[in-house]
Amino acid sequence: MSLDPRQVYWRSNLRFLAILLLVWFVVSFGCGILFVDQLDQIRIGGFGLGFWFAQQGSIYVFVLLIWVYVWLMNRADKDYEARCAEQAEAAE
Amino acid sequence: MSVQNWTFLMVGLSFALYIGIAIWSRAGSTKEFYVAGGQISPLTNGLATAADWMSAASFISVAGIISFIGRDGSVYLMGWTGGYVLLALLLAPYLRKFGKYTVPDFVGDRYYSNVARVVAVLCAIFISFTYVAGQMRGVGIVFSRFLDVGINEGVLIGMCIVFFYAVLGGMKGITYTQVAQYCVLIFAFLVPAIYISIMITNQPIPQLGFGSTLADGSGVYLLDKLDGLSQELGFAAYTTGRKTTIDLFFITAALMVGTAGLPHVLVRFYTVPTVSAARTSAGWALLFIALLYTTVPAVSAFARTNLLTVIPGIAYSDVPEWFSTWEDIGLIQFEDKNGDGRIQYTGPASEIENELTIDRDIIVLANPEIAQLPAWVIGLVAAGGLAAALSTAAGLLLVISTAVAHDLLKSTFMPSITEKAELRVARIAAGLAVVVAGYFGINPPGFVAQVVAFAFGLVAASFFPIILLGIFWKRANNIGAIAGMVCGIGFTAGYIVYFKFLHPELNVAAEWLFGISPEGIGTLGMLINFAVAIVLSLLTAPPPAEVQALVEEIRLPDNVAGVRKASA
Repeated sequence: MSLDPRQVYWRSNLRFLAILLLVWFVVSFGCGILFVDQLDQIRIGGFGLGFWFAQQGSIYVFVLLIWVYVWLMNRADKDYEARCAEQAEAAE
Repeated sequence: MSVQNWTFLMVGLSFALYIGIAIWSRAGSTKEFYVAGGQISPLTNGLATAADWMSAASFISVAGIISFIGRDGSVYLMGWTGGYVLLALLLAPYLRKFGKYTVPDFVGDRYYSNVARVVAVLCAIFISFTYVAGQMRGVGIVFSRFLDVGINEGVLIGMCIVFFYAVLGGMKGITYTQVAQYCVLIFAFLVPAIYISIMITNQPIPQLGFGSTLADGSGVYLLDKLDGLSQELGFAAYTTGRKTTIDLFFITAALMVGTAGLPHVLVRFYTVPTVSAARTSAGWALLFIALLYTTVPAVSAFARTNLLTVIPGIAYSDVPEWFSTWEDIGLIQFEDKNGDGRIQYTGPASEIENELTIDRDIIVLANPEIAQLPAWVIGLVAAGGLAAALSTAAGLLLVISTAVAHDLLKSTFMPSITEKAELRVARIAAGLAVVVAGYFGINPPGFVAQVVAFAFGLVAASFFPIILLGIFWKRANNIGAIAGMVCGIGFTAGYIVYFKFLHPELNVAAEWLFGISPEGIGTLGMLINFAVAIVLSLLTAPPPAEVQALVEEIRLPDNVAGVRKASA
């Protein structure tokens, strides 16, 4: 008996959300606000690293996060369809 | 050609384009009017969402604000982009799967309650009106500065244009005009930014120029130079912050969550054909928004450097032309306190008294003039500011008209109304909303500007928790949702009104609850909303089986084979 495809799909979605939102929190609230002064000790060109995260880096990461999620979920959608088809076959 | 002729040309061409698109894309059915038939491609919707979201405030104000407050301005950059991560991951795909036309539709059906629906409609209308009045005001300022017509005539012209394409085309017309408006506004923002970046740092990419060394060969980094200039004049160093960590934290969170829950942005994700298209479309939207938002802080730093190099100590008789023009409209004020005929522009730490007041809103508009760019660039910036204001205004007006025709009439009070009559009501409502918005643009209640900033907190405290719980927690029920929304928005609005309107003299850090300013209180309102909704839901009966089945359903991908092929 294989697992319910709906549950598998929803659980993997929740796992992706937890990981991506953790990154989201770390780059914005973490690097851009909580640890900004510590990170500013490190310089990249004219930027302190904390300042760079607050005004540039966090935004780049946000864009990446959405596209990673798009890619992960498109893959999960295909997996879901395959599992559904498998289950339908098994039922016949 | 003079600046004014160039401006007429740029603005005229862009307006002709918007009207042309409106005529070409008329809406024939309510579905076309509300959600453009649900057949917009993810890329097109991403472009339209970017224009819909980026308002006169994004185009005109943000760079100016950051220019004056330095690193603390990061809250706007992170807040207004980070919200899209929440939107793309937690809200948009599920709302698309749910289908129908509006956010109140979702709230009403998910919480099986017309009371919840009406509360959501009222929140949506209130938020949209405060927002749209600000846009109309922005249109008026651009017209009066660059085209030499009064602010009132400017607002009237803007009203006519929006009226034309919002009423004719509904969401379909708005979508395609917004695509054009995105192109106009991003071009208008990037061209001067690139010009100035090359002038100051020899680096054509502003995002990099901002962290490069100066073009004068001194080897000094731009930001170090700016910190030095600021401190010399008695301002705080540009790259340091003054706000407390907890306040920054709460303001950023309120802006992010508010962004994710804005009804005029969420409704755009109903226009794409599938759930997967909704996700992709959010990816495009943030990419296009990030293009502007990563340029903004660079523009702020360039403008601040230019300003601090040109102005302090200059003789009043020698000021550049832009200084006098903006002084004429009252957005720059100079008072020669020590009577030496020179402009002293100093910060709080300086011994010399400051004699200059500069309105933050002029930074982006005056930037090309301060940097002495060609006249056509100045005209382009005016057209860009108008594009930003008009695209957002149209999106908001559509939310208002849909709320009246669809959510109130069709779903709540007159379910038997025919589609043709509903479409007519939607058009009339859009028309009336334009007129009301124009009225507030011409006679702004004194608090509009402030309320616009607080609208985010109100959204964060009302919509976001209820939609999120509705998707991720099957047990959330009608009583929890209604009480949560009312408590969240009530607490937030009460706190804002108390400090901003009743006791403005108490609006200092020492008096704030936990040191949270009214700008950031929406985050606490959101937490209250969550807590109330969860506790009351657990204390009362769970939602009926068919609602729980609905929640199961919206969590799944679109699995109708035909739909999937059509979108591929």
